[in-house]
Amino acid sequence: MTAVATAHGLTKRFGDVTALDDVSFELAEHTIYGLLGRNGAGKTTLMQILTGQAFASSGKVSVFDAPPVENPAVLSKVCFVRESQRYPHVYTVRHVFRTARRLFANWDDTFAHSLAADFQLPAGRLVRRLSRGMLSALGVTVGLAARAPLTFFDEPYLGLDPAARQLFYDRLLADYAEHPRTVVLSTHLIDEVSDLVERVLLLDRGRLLLDEDADDLRGRAVAATGRAEAVDGFAAGRTELHRERLSGLIRATVLDGLGPHAKALAQTLNVELEPLSLQQLVVRLTVPPTTTAPADREAAR
Amino acid sequence: MDDDRPIFLQIAELIENSIIDGSLVEEAQVPSTNELAAFHRINPATAAKGVNQLVSEGTLYKRRGIGMFVAEGARARLRERRRERFTEQYVEPLLAEARKLGIGHDELMKMIDSSGAVVGRDLG
Repeated sequence: MTAVATAHGLTKRFGDVTALDDVSFELAEHTIYGLLGRNGAGKTTLMQILTGQAFASSGKVSVFDAPPVENPAVLSKVCFVRESQRYPHVYTVRHVFRTARRLFANWDDTFAHSLAADFQLPAGRLVRRLSRGMLSALGVTVGLAARAPLTFFDEPYLGLDPAARQLFYDRLLADYAEHPRTVVLSTHLIDEVSDLVERVLLLDRGRLLLDEDADDLRGRAVAATGRAEAVDGFAAGRTELHRERLSGLIRATVLDGLGPHAKALAQTLNVELEPLSLQQLVVRLTVPPTTTAPADREAAR
Repeated sequence: MDDDRPIFLQIAELIENSIIDGSLVEEAQVPSTNELAAFHRINPATAAKGVNQLVSEGTLYKRRGIGMFVAEGARARLRERRRERFTEQYVEPLLAEARKLGIGHDELMKMIDSSGAVVGRDLG
C-alpha cells in the first residue's frame, strides 16, 4: 500500500475540549474512504489538519511525505470541499472555475462545465446569488473537476436533493474509475455511500473507532430476535451492543453473529438473525448506551 | 446489494448466475470491473475483488489487454458446486420451517409434488 497521508498520535485540543485524541491511520492511494462519526466527533478538525488549515496539538501528520501547513507543493495536490466555503463577493461560477484552474494541477475545465450542466449550475451567476443546493453543487463540481490526488468532501451535499446526490455519486464513481485518486467522503448519509466507499474511518468523540474495509464490516453485527432464553443463549460469549424487548421477545444486537456456526446455533435456538447495515452498525457503535428504550422502562417497572 | 454478505462475493455470485443460466456463455467476455462498478453503483476495487476471485477459482480467465472471459467448462463446474450446497442452502431451511409449522413428511412431499407439476417441466 502506498500511503498518500499518514497521521501518528494526532491530538487536537481546544481549551478543555479534546477534539482529536491520539488518532493514527494512513490514507492509501487510489482509495475512496468514508469518514464517519457523529457531529462533534472530530471529522472536520481532522480534515483541517490534513489540509494544512489547522495545527495539531501533538502528534505528526504527513501528506505526500511532507507536513501540509503552508506547503504549496503538497496543497496543489489536495482539494478540500466544505459546505462553509466562502467566495469573494464579486465571484461568478466561472470565476470560481478560473481560480480552481490555477490552484489544481489536474483541473479539467471541460469536465467542470459538463458537471455544471448536469447540476444546472449557471456559469454566469454570482456565487452569492446561488441557492443552497446550487452552492453544494458548485462545491462537488470543483471537488470532482480538480481531480486532486487527495480530495476531501466535508458533508458536501447538505443542500443537494436525492436526485442531485445520485448524480454526484455516479459522476464520482465514473471519474474515479478513469482517474483513480484518494477520496475522503465525510457524511451522515451512510446508507447512500456504503457501497461506494472501500474503507471506513469511524471517529467517536475524537477517537478512531474503526479503520476497516467496508466489505469486512458488512454483517459484522447482527440483530438476534427470539424468546429471552434463546437470545441469551445465542448472545452468550458475543459482544452485545444493544438490547430491546417487546413482551416475551428480545432483540439483541451482537457482534460476529453471522458465521456458519452462529447461523446453525440460531436455527437450533429458533432465533431470527438480521444483519445490520453499515449505518445501523455506526449508530449502535456511537450512541451512548445510557439511553433506555420505552419498552425497557416498562419492563423495569 | 444485501447487507449480510461482502459485496465482492455478491458480485462473484451474480456473474456465476449469468454463467449458469446461460446468459454468459463460455468464452464470452464479461463486463469490465468499471462497468460492473457503474452498473451496481459500487466501488471499482470491490468489483475487481469479485472478478479476481472468479479468476483464481478458474471460472474466468484474463486475456492481457482485452479483458476477462468465461473459462471452458465453467458452467458444468459451477452447477456441480451449487448442487453440492443445495441441501444446506435450500433443503435444511425448508425442513426447519416445516418442523416449526408441524408439517409432516407426507404433507411436505405432497406440496413439493404439486408445485413440482409446474417446475418439473423446466427441470426436465
